[in-house]
Amino acid sequence: MNNLLNFTAGLSVALIVLVLVSVRRAHIRVEYSVSWLGAAVTLLVLSRSQSLLEKLASFLGIEDPPLVLLLLVGCLFLLVLYRVSSVISELKDANIALAQRMAILEYHLQSAHEETQRRG
Amino acid sequence: MKTASRPDSLLILVPAFNEEVAVGQVVREVHQAVPEVPVLVVDDCSIDSTAAVAREAGAEVISLPHHLGLGGAVQAGYKLAFELGFQYVIRIDGDGQHDPRYIPVIFEALRTSACQMVIGSRFVGGNSHQTSLARSLGIRFFCLILRLILGKPVHDPTSGFVGVNRAALQVFSKSFPLEYPEIEALVVLQRRAFQFLEVPCRMRRRMGGKSSITALKSIYYPVHVLLGVFVNVLKYEGRRRRKQP
Repeated sequence: MNNLLNFTAGLSVALIVLVLVSVRRAHIRVEYSVSWLGAAVTLLVLSRSQSLLEKLASFLGIEDPPLVLLLLVGCLFLLVLYRVSSVISELKDANIALAQRMAILEYHLQSAHEETQRRG
Repeated sequence: MKTASRPDSLLILVPAFNEEVAVGQVVREVHQAVPEVPVLVVDDCSIDSTAAVAREAGAEVISLPHHLGLGGAVQAGYKLAFELGFQYVIRIDGDGQHDPRYIPVIFEALRTSACQMVIGSRFVGGNSHQTSLARSLGIRFFCLILRLILGKPVHDPTSGFVGVNRAALQVFSKSFPLEYPEIEALVVLQRRAFQFLEVPCRMRRRMGGKSSITALKSIYYPVHVLLGVFVNVLKYEGRRRRKQP
């Protein structure tokens, strides 16, 4: 069990470092780093607090505490993925509207240019 | 193309993606069928010379900066038509499958009926059309689903030969399905309690290009459309409207 908890703690720290470095290099925007950091910190706390993990296992009726950790890892990353899907959908909608607007404006500009040339 | 001021102003909308073989002929046939009516080709970021061929044939062209798919291209055309004040828009495919000689039939039905949308149908008025078994089964399946949702039969829900009036144009310029839009568009209109009508039309073989529905996509297609229809049913505003004082 200790090995698993140590591994999870190491993974959490690595995730926190990776996200912070990505934010610093502007690969991830601050607002989208929050969900990843939240998930990583939660995992770190749980993997370092065996008593909390055992209480959670007892509350959920799970005999093996590491299973709780795996369950939480799955749930947290599902939530993060859901948030990412939601952000991608919003961005796609905005991108479509922008592309359409750009094409329409380009058309108006071209028409105005041709009209000007025709007149003089 | 100038701002439309006539009360019966019509625009022919042709979404096109890599249709250089057919789009020129389509534009010329439309001009023969309905002279004086402007034709707008929406080039969905083709990698061939679709835009140039369409311009040469006498169409107005808007070019999307990147590929949006059929729904995105059609909606761009609807947005421009709405901005320019057109009262009616008839959409015809750029691959030559829709016979432009039926445009006046659809236009007449749009003007004289109280319907917001008119569909050129392969399967009404004694028409019969040869399609593959898979497509035929798919159409029948969606006809059944749509009959339940719309409360009236629809014979050709996948037809892209569609005319809309300004009320529907306003709705579609704000909300239009992005992929495989024909079936979902019917449910979007149903949400507004709009009406549609089917008129008989003849369809031909495509003159060139490739269908956007590949073998793999034909498996994904019904799942996507069913989900889209279901989501639109959930958005139905009729009950909410009735509850309002």
